[in-house]
Amino acid sequence: MSILLEPFQFEFFRNGTMTAVLVGALCGLIGVYIVLRGMSYIGHGLSHAIFGGAVVSYVMAWNFYVGAGIWGFLAAILINQTMRRTRISADAAIGVITTSSFAVGVALISRYRHFTRSFDAALFGNILGVTGQDVLVVLVTTLMVFILIFFFYKQLLFTTFDEEVARIYGIKTEWVDTLFALILAATLIVSMQILGVTLIAAALVIPAITARLLTDSFNRMVILSVLIGAITGIFGMYVSYYVDIASGATIVLVQATIFGISLLVTTLQNRANRRLMDVHI
Amino acid sequence: MKPLVELNQVSFGYGAQAVLKNISLHLHPGQFAALVGPSGAGKTTLLKLILGVLRPSIGEVWLHGKALNNGVAPRVGYVPQLESVDWNFPVTVEQVVWMGLVQHSGLWPWITTQQRKLVLDILNRLGIDELINRHIRDLSGGQQQRVFLARAMISNPDLLVLDEPTVGLDIKTAESILVLLAELNRQGMTILLTTHDLNAAAAHLPWVVCINQRIIAQGAPEQVFNENILNQTYRGEMIVIRQNGMLFVQQKPHGHTYHDLIPNPVPGENPDEEDR
Repeated sequence: MSILLEPFQFEFFRNGTMTAVLVGALCGLIGVYIVLRGMSYIGHGLSHAIFGGAVVSYVMAWNFYVGAGIWGFLAAILINQTMRRTRISADAAIGVITTSSFAVGVALISRYRHFTRSFDAALFGNILGVTGQDVLVVLVTTLMVFILIFFFYKQLLFTTFDEEVARIYGIKTEWVDTLFALILAATLIVSMQILGVTLIAAALVIPAITARLLTDSFNRMVILSVLIGAITGIFGMYVSYYVDIASGATIVLVQATIFGISLLVTTLQNRANRRLMDVHI
Repeated sequence: MKPLVELNQVSFGYGAQAVLKNISLHLHPGQFAALVGPSGAGKTTLLKLILGVLRPSIGEVWLHGKALNNGVAPRVGYVPQLESVDWNFPVTVEQVVWMGLVQHSGLWPWITTQQRKLVLDILNRLGIDELINRHIRDLSGGQQQRVFLARAMISNPDLLVLDEPTVGLDIKTAESILVLLAELNRQGMTILLTTHDLNAAAAHLPWVVCINQRIIAQGAPEQVFNENILNQTYRGEMIVIRQNGMLFVQQKPHGHTYHDLIPNPVPGENPDEEDR
């Protein structure tokens, strides 16, 4: 019991764990839509774009969350519109827009070498840097995203299933896409502190694909993905504390392990079912 | 009778490439019609113009006597091509059919008891109510088509639009879908569909529209399905065989004659003779 409670005497661990659980659940929820829309690459790309926004915010002395948020939202809208209105495919649009945005960040860092702030945290995550205010921002964002997803459940479900037909059935799909871009940008920004730009994509995708392996029901997939995200968040924090490795990487490695086990179990289960069917035939 | 759907001199193109030219088409309440033509003829584009997803470059589309200027067509049920559906998407039959109510279901995001009853009623009407909790991938082709038909019908539309409802289905299942559509039409539903299956269209549909960028001809299959019109529509040699009161359309195999295809032709129904 003391092993479980010991790390909680440190404020950084309390703040970090709370953030990891919230971010895990948030990424698990958004990840379901990302995976089902076939947009797994967008989390990776957009987090890089937001890094550019974060650097610009710092240079312009803007609030990080506001500056990076607007930047990320505009990048997501730009990707969406490029896909819709040109012949450029999704992966190419994401590649061009997000890498250019990342390059803006790198260019600014190299130009203004007198930066006192380290952007390592934004790139690789830094659990030690999570303050009480950060926890509050993550908590409010998570609550707002869950509320929005709850009320737009059917529109998001239909648009994710078949966007063109959803439009025919009267759903304002452009508004749904815009709302989703806003939600995604907010998720990535609050996740950046703990996971870092380089690991967010994995936290978005792994819980969702693990949940997809385990169920054929959309509702169950959402619940499982949120739970996997939250539980791997807390478990990853413990492993990170005791093994003394970076928390963001640990969380992603725990998620990858659970994915591997799920893949193995479901593959063996499917084989057993097939054998059973062959016997009956 | 006032047409339900009215297109007057409508043209449409993707960029500089014209897809439809001078299309004038009237669809009246209670009509059951098929758009036929080769791939790339503009059949699906024409459906999308009627659905309000695309806007004509020239001309106007009218529905219920009102021009479709902005937004999608009201009171229209749409069944997409089954090939366009993501069958691995984790949804049940109930969820897919419920999607058809999304426009009328207010703010509450989850399925209500009343909506569940509506879903069950429409599935029952189409004979697939026992499938309500099944995943869509676990259904046969005919069942899948009925599920999407149920989604299109659940909001009680005035017009049912189907994009190739028989594609990918075996002959028997395709037949059962067309029989079901004919039954719905007898109950008063106006139906417009696209199909590549000319023989099924000849057997089940009272009205066909031959299209290849423009409307080549429209009317009852007995009037419209002849070599002249079909050759213009498909830009290839087609032969029409009438036997035992039925009508069959076949593309003429290269180097073959009617006698090669039909060893014992019915007297007076030899298209090769007519050609001469």
